Amino acid sequence: MAGDQHKEKGKVFTRRSLLMAGGQAVLMSALAGRLYYLQVIHSDEYSTMADENRMNLRLLPPLRGRIVDRFGLEVASNRHNYRVVLIPEQTKSVEATLDALEQFVPREMIDRERVLKDVKRKRSFVPIPVVDNLTWEQFARINVNSPDLPGIQMDVGSTRDYPYGKLFGHIVGYVGAVSEKDLQSQEYDPLLELPEFRIGKSGIEKYYDKTLRGKAGLSRVEANAYGRIIRELNRQEGKPGNDAILTIDKQLQEFAVRRMGEESAAAVVIDIHSGDILSMVSVPSFDPNAFARGISSTEWKALIDDPKRPLGNKAVGGQYPPGSTFKMIVALAALEAGVVTAGHQVFCNGHTQLGKHRFHCWKRGGHGKLNLEDAISQSCDIYFYDIARKVGVDNIAEMAHRFGLGEELHIDMLGERDGLIPTKAWKLAVQGVPWQLGETYNTGIGQGYVLTTPLQLAVMTARLANGGKKVSPRLVRSITGDILEGAVLPHPEPELENLDLGISQKSLKHVLNGMYKVVNGPRGSARAAKIRVEGWEMAGKTGTAQVRRITRKERIEGVRKSDEKPWEERDHALFVGYAPFDDPRYAVSVIVEHGGSGSAAAAPIARDLLQETLRLDPLRKPSYDIAIRRQNGGGDA
Amino acid sequence: MLRELGAKNVQLPLSRKIWDINWGFVLLICATASIGFLMLYSAANGNLEPWASRQMMRFGVGLILMFVVALVDIRVWLNLAYPLYAIALILLGAVEVMGVIGMGARRWIDFGPFQLQPSEVMKIAIILALARYFHNIGLEDVRRIRWLIPPILLVLAPVALVLRQPDLGTALLLAAGAGIVFFVAGVRLWKFAVVIGTAIPAGFFAFQFLHEYQKKRVLTFLNPENDPLGAGYHILQSKIALGSGGVFGKGLLQGTQSHLNYLPEMRTDFIFSMLAEEFGMVGGLLLFALYILLIAYGYAIAYRSRNHFGKLLAIGMTGIFFLYIFINVAMVMGMVPVVGVPLPLISYGGTAMLTLLIGFGMIMSVYIHRDIDIPGKR
Repeated sequence: MAGDQHKEKGKVFTRRSLLMAGGQAVLMSALAGRLYYLQVIHSDEYSTMADENRMNLRLLPPLRGRIVDRFGLEVASNRHNYRVVLIPEQTKSVEATLDALEQFVPREMIDRERVLKDVKRKRSFVPIPVVDNLTWEQFARINVNSPDLPGIQMDVGSTRDYPYGKLFGHIVGYVGAVSEKDLQSQEYDPLLELPEFRIGKSGIEKYYDKTLRGKAGLSRVEANAYGRIIRELNRQEGKPGNDAILTIDKQLQEFAVRRMGEESAAAVVIDIHSGDILSMVSVPSFDPNAFARGISSTEWKALIDDPKRPLGNKAVGGQYPPGSTFKMIVALAALEAGVVTAGHQVFCNGHTQLGKHRFHCWKRGGHGKLNLEDAISQSCDIYFYDIARKVGVDNIAEMAHRFGLGEELHIDMLGERDGLIPTKAWKLAVQGVPWQLGETYNTGIGQGYVLTTPLQLAVMTARLANGGKKVSPRLVRSITGDILEGAVLPHPEPELENLDLGISQKSLKHVLNGMYKVVNGPRGSARAAKIRVEGWEMAGKTGTAQVRRITRKERIEGVRKSDEKPWEERDHALFVGYAPFDDPRYAVSVIVEHGGSGSAAAAPIARDLLQETLRLDPLRKPSYDIAIRRQNGGGDA
Repeated sequence: MLRELGAKNVQLPLSRKIWDINWGFVLLICATASIGFLMLYSAANGNLEPWASRQMMRFGVGLILMFVVALVDIRVWLNLAYPLYAIALILLGAVEVMGVIGMGARRWIDFGPFQLQPSEVMKIAIILALARYFHNIGLEDVRRIRWLIPPILLVLAPVALVLRQPDLGTALLLAAGAGIVFFVAGVRLWKFAVVIGTAIPAGFFAFQFLHEYQKKRVLTFLNPENDPLGAGYHILQSKIALGSGGVFGKGLLQGTQSHLNYLPEMRTDFIFSMLAEEFGMVGGLLLFALYILLIAYGYAIAYRSRNHFGKLLAIGMTGIFFLYIFINVAMVMGMVPVVGVPLPLISYGGTAMLTLLIGFGMIMSVYIHRDIDIPGKR
């Protein structure tokens, strides 16, 4: 019986173990099936996921193009910026990492609030800038301790540097971080998403941003589970931005800024043939470096609250009544319309009556009998009331537009204003009331509704001096290197023979003679501001623009002298001029806000600017772009 | 020819035993372990140090131990079955009192130069004890519930202690390994049905008492992709490693998931994922083939044994071996929860390696002493 049971036990064992072997075989097959499912059927998906795990694309920001002056001096360049960025997804806690970082960097350097805001706003793998402009020592210490700072990455960026600071503040402008508004308004460029990326915010930096920006490179890197980059898989180099060569001569710019001193003023020096702006000054100015590194709120408030408006570029954006500098336009309008000849004479006794209203000349006693050239040189108001009335406001406006007044000149910079040249139609449309003859009188002496910018006045003077050619202003002569797609190009050099404004040389000659006498005539209003170098003689026109209307009561009590009034009520002083008279090359316009009279405050500045321009004579020296072209052995490009 | 040896109290000469060592089996073990060395070499980025060399040394020691165990007379093992079980149970109890805490659980006892993991000893001891118990009782008794109470207690005591450590993986392994012995011993199928039928609701109940990390593991197992950076990370990364390996793999040292640390615990529990990433499905199936051959050897030896103790011992040990493989591989492929069971002969770790090799030694002892007749008590 025991034997039977033994046998039976063996049988059961065999049966059961076979059953189990079967079960195990089924389970092993399930494993093999699962292996097939993962490694064959879904292999592609998992391969993609493995690649997503390990591969990161990194954008390589290109080096921003430099901005150099006419002769190649760097006025905007790049310098190393040692800094720290934070990658939120690699930290255990952003707060804890920032706490740890404070052991190496002064607490005030970290704008915690901003960092935490950025962390919330951006995707967690986007590096957030934490501290900028570290010293080399700080940078090295953080680098050594980086294992204790999860999520912190070291970075050497490049910062925009403006070696001449305020000197070029308005021209070059500055760069700044990309704002939400920039992101929405600009054409999409992945570079804009980089936290450290800077784009032009004003001046040349903004206008030529696409040219200076360059093209991003791409780097595909392999990163491990902790986010450390193991190696670079491949790299596609970007292209650095193009350099922009300005028309400005830094030496002249420096002289001009110094000459303007503490005034609130603007000046433009222009090449009358090419339209190259050799100097453009708006003082007081600001230091673009402050903006590039991030301006403090106190600095910002000081700039905003300054009554002399340092942030505004008065040269292109300041609108002033041109005063007597407008008289050339009125004279030309009258001559070209044929309503008067240069020999037309008017007797000035100091005032003229129009209906109930009495119009005064600036000279109380009057000028006596004058012809056109004398009227310009002595700036007689009565004469211009007369010829303005004869030619009519619409003809004056037409002539003003021919000389670039009252409209944008499309200089390669933002912030340009139109100014205003009134017409009858304009007044009816805007004010709904018909034009009054008295307003023609006011227009005739560049007052009333007329508004111009210093740039427009400089261009006007250039067009007068170059014989009535429609020259346009430009700030950038050329850009270097291969021109990238989407780059903004500088204005080409004008071909003046095709740009004639259609003014008769005879009319022009009388006006220019008048301007010569302003400075060099015995009774010229700016005779105190002659250039005494033979062959460099200046011609020009003074202007004094009323800020406030002179009331009847004031006139009876005696007009106060300008320097007796509070600063903000004083007249604006203007001067436009060119030189040399015999062979004109350079034109200038100067406005000194609340400077008093044009002859006293603006003319001497203009004289000094022109004289210095002639001394430096930038047009006679090879500019940087030509030097480069010669170096490359190329001909004309 | 060996018939005449089938008698009581026969002692086999040592030379004869050595002659009988199953060298094919040994070769398979060495081949499988070598794959493990290769993977540890790869895990160290192409260095024998620090893991592969140490693993080889342990394997060498384990191999000697395996031969010693194989050459010891099977009747000695029969006699030692209960004492060994008793010692293992005491050690398990001692873990409660003086165990070393590691990885959030008490598992080791520190003996100065070496650390002992009593749950590993128990894996051998429980098979021995159950084989002895079922060897001794007749088939009639096996079918009586009364006779099933002692072996059930033999299983429940260590399982309860291991669960308290807590080590869910080992507890399951012990219970399942014991179940295999019950099954081949001939316990009625409906009884298994009853046990499983009560175990499932009991499991739900016990779930409430699990540690937070264990609960999480079970829950994330159900849908690991829901939480790819949290608890499901391990499984997902393991599946990515496997899947991206494809048919032929990325090549030795070329696994990006493993070498860039996306794959967790790649030297131990997740070493199969690394292997399948670097050698693809071909590598995975090759390892399966080696395992199947080893298991087949175990079965063959069980059938050749003329004594019931040997049969149960060989099947039990083979069963434990199979469970290791299945749980580990199914775990890394996302088929069962992550329970922390190493891949036999491959994963880095000394204790599991020793346990396995001693188990293989037992199986070889069964083969060497296959014709010795051991009568049951009744």
